[in-house]
Amino acid sequence: MIQELCRKMFKKSLWLFHTNCGACNGCDIEVIDVLTPYYDVERFGMKLVGSPRHADALVVSGAVSRQVAPALRRLYEATPDPKVVIAVGTCAVGGNIWFDTYNVLGGADTVVPVDVYIPGCPPRPEAIIYGAALALGIVPKKIEPQKQQHLPPGFDLESYLEKERVRVTA
Amino acid sequence: MFKAKFKEAVICFKAGRVTLPYPFQPSEVPPKFRGRIEFDARKCIGCGGCARVCPPRCIVIEDIGELARITFHLDRCIQCARCYEVCPEKAIWPTDKFETATTDKSDLKSEMLIWMSSCQRCGRCFETDNAIDKFRTVRWRGRGPGEESKHGIYPAGPPIELAKPEPLVREEAA
Repeated sequence: MIQELCRKMFKKSLWLFHTNCGACNGCDIEVIDVLTPYYDVERFGMKLVGSPRHADALVVSGAVSRQVAPALRRLYEATPDPKVVIAVGTCAVGGNIWFDTYNVLGGADTVVPVDVYIPGCPPRPEAIIYGAALALGIVPKKIEPQKQQHLPPGFDLESYLEKERVRVTA
Repeated sequence: MFKAKFKEAVICFKAGRVTLPYPFQPSEVPPKFRGRIEFDARKCIGCGGCARVCPPRCIVIEDIGELARITFHLDRCIQCARCYEVCPEKAIWPTDKFETATTDKSDLKSEMLIWMSSCQRCGRCFETDNAIDKFRTVRWRGRGPGEESKHGIYPAGPPIELAKPEPLVREEAA
């Protein structure tokens, strides 16, 4: 639904407001790298703006620390609707190695609703461009959860799991 | 002043076009690039070395009776490839996939379910059946397949060639 909305609303250009919520600066450098002549995204109309009130998309990097969480919430509320929140980097997606630290909330989606997740530590500039295109609904997503199992032939998984559940809970 | 501007213009023209053709052409990754992790359940022996060295603890192993469920929380994978370095069977490896952006966080959670065999002596799980096949066929203990040893008779398996042990990563670096 958000992608449909984006396709209608963001036809021309996407203005980004970049916020660092406790990142190590690696993802920030990659975001700036996207704007250099090498990966020139300004030809697609994307540019960094200085105020969340001018922005269409909020680029969040860093595992959100407890101190910065209210500020991030205020940034989100200051951004005019419709808006897209892009979590750049593994920290903003799932908290990285600080996913269960006491002073870190672990991911941007604990504070604001995130629309596009770009994992990577840091993600390549190409991956960020791809994520922005995914947010605009231009490209399809390419990954899916992998589920593999290697069991003996003729193994009844359902009944075994049920038996184990009964055995553990009894 | 005009001279300086002229020099600047010459420098700019000399540089030519530097913009990479990424969104219109696929991008080449550098060699030894570490991207999204992939794994093979047929090779995994369930030793848990990867879960032990993973810095963000994104590989979690749960024992369900004689099954082992290995969950990969790729939303916090930092692509350090230490799991690849430590895996004795090379059942997990980094790929060159970097276009991993997604709108749904559940795409970043993978799962692997493998059967662990239990030891006849102590009753605890130790390795999968494919490792036992290797134990039977590779002459690790006893004289060989089909021959009698002090531990009993091993059933004869198909003749296989013994693989040369791969050098450790640490030795390569040295």
